[in-house]
Amino acid sequence: MQSVISVKNLTKTYASGLKALDNVNLEIRRGEIFALLGPNGAGKTTLISVICGIANPTSGTVLADGHDIVKDFRAARSAIGLVPQELSTDMFETVWATVTFSRGLFGKGKDPAHIEKVLRELSLWDKRDNKIMTLSGGMKRRVLIAKALSHEPRILFLDEPTAGVDVELRRDMWKMVRSLRDTGVTIILTTHYIEEAEQMADRIGVISKGKIILVEEKTALMEKLGKKQLILDVQHPLERVPEALAPYGLERSDDGLQLIFTFHAAHDRSKIAALLRELAELGIDFTDLQTRESSLEDIFVSLVSERS
Amino acid sequence: MNTHAIRAIYLFEMARTFRTLMQSILSPVISTSLYFVVFGSAIGSRMTEVEGIRYGAFIIPGLTMLSLLNESISNASFGIYMPRFSGTIYEVLSAPISYVEIVCGYVGAAATKSILLGTIILLTARLFVPYHIAHPLWMAAFLVLTSVTFSLFGFMIGLWADGFEKLQIVPMLIVTPLTFLGGSFYSINMLPPFWQRITLVNPVVYLVSGFRWSFYDVSDVSVEISMGMTLVFLVLCLLTVRWLVKSGYRLKT
Ligand SMILES: Nc1ncnc2c1ncn2[C@@H]1O[C@H](COP(=O)(O)OP(=O)(O)OP(=O)(O)O)[C@@H](O)[C@H]1O
Ligand SMILES: [Mg+2]
Repeated sequence: MQSVISVKNLTKTYASGLKALDNVNLEIRRGEIFALLGPNGAGKTTLISVICGIANPTSGTVLADGHDIVKDFRAARSAIGLVPQELSTDMFETVWATVTFSRGLFGKGKDPAHIEKVLRELSLWDKRDNKIMTLSGGMKRRVLIAKALSHEPRILFLDEPTAGVDVELRRDMWKMVRSLRDTGVTIILTTHYIEEAEQMADRIGVISKGKIILVEEKTALMEKLGKKQLILDVQHPLERVPEALAPYGLERSDDGLQLIFTFHAAHDRSKIAALLRELAELGIDFTDLQTRESSLEDIFVSLVSERS
Repeated sequence: MNTHAIRAIYLFEMARTFRTLMQSILSPVISTSLYFVVFGSAIGSRMTEVEGIRYGAFIIPGLTMLSLLNESISNASFGIYMPRFSGTIYEVLSAPISYVEIVCGYVGAAATKSILLGTIILLTARLFVPYHIAHPLWMAAFLVLTSVTFSLFGFMIGLWADGFEKLQIVPMLIVTPLTFLGGSFYSINMLPPFWQRITLVNPVVYLVSGFRWSFYDVSDVSVEISMGMTLVFLVLCLLTVRWLVKSGYRLKT
């Protein structure tokens, strides 16, 4: 399939000497939802900034919609809409004015009908004449989305769209992202949350310390990363894991007071019930139980150590 | 050429002016009117004529220039500094728009404001003192060129500033003294010969002199030299701005 964004050997060194992107290679497929996952300071925003023309690349090339982002910046940038991580807005402007401004800035003629459609979809229509400073944080984020959609981009970057957004709006946003994808828009979003990537993305890329450490189909990645642990605090210390429980591959804590069951979130769920039943049959009482999933940090650590 | 974008920036900036009408138009008009009252009436009653022109009328071109310089610089510097400060510059940088177009939008709007303001001040002055304009076309040319040149200069300051103090410091420490010493309120022929020569390194002298010539046919330096110098400043500012924005100075990391 043809790449809609093609990043080749991209390196970005800031004036401070910090290498925020280190020889990044990445192909984004047309029409997909791509989630870029990474801890704070990994280089997600930097990557987006370079692609969108906000930061200069130190070396390497990027094609957006087939156009070089430096040599042919007009064509490249026309195709891209960007929703930044920071809530930077023109406080004194009205919603309508700021969204109309964005459309003009991207070289498109007036189209009030389109702006109305965007504002309605984002539930901003009632607020169109309000000054932005009177809006809540979540609404400001929607205004930024409306600005990005005002010029009908074919590629949309969402830099942490759900940071500081409540559950309902988050769900609305996911719905909106999917419906955009259905109209053929390619969406690249960044997030700290594996669940979010899992919910939304077709493919997931993981970035750490300026390097892309893996890019995979979501399903394949979830297979790898979707491990969970069930931790059982037992009432009486166990000398060893009972024979009958061998199929579960349980681990026993050193003091014998905990049993740890590692399972796969996607297809081992039924095993939990079975395990608990067997424990009851064996007369092992437990006082508490908790589940734990590997945090993004754990996954990075394991991914990075796996590679070296 | 992305004319939609230039228009969008231009209209955005003009809308900001009209939203802050008080500050952008009214306050310079009021302060200039006060100058007319204080200098024109109070001093004018003692010093009746300069170079054969009533003192009240003599100071009009200089006072208009003074406002024009200050307002061009402050409008243009604020215009580009604000989006840098608030972070909204991200959108302009990510738009399919060249640096020339960015400058056209911001500087064009700032210059338009100054031209409007200069015109309003001249009309207001009419209420205080009768005056005539001997060379209206030259007058308009000086008005427009000065507005554009100093809007470009303001744009540079807005790029360079990394705090609100720096935005004020150049106008306060350099431009205001230069305008006061640039013959706004007097003819430089009134100075001792040594100071007359020193004064000639002050660019504002040429602007004021040329502008005043277009009103009253009298000037400190010949009008050709004034116009020549004005064009030189314009070109210098254009080249500097071009070089600054091309290098992405303070805009891109
Ligand atoms: N303008 C800048 N000048 C110098 N260093 C910068 C600049 N912007 C970012 N950095 C540094 O580059 C690195 C990557 O930052 P970036 O903002 O791309 O990370 P991120 O993955 O988006 O993080 P987060 O999840 O916190 O948003 C960080 O170490 C950051 O401190
Ligand atoms: Mg970021």
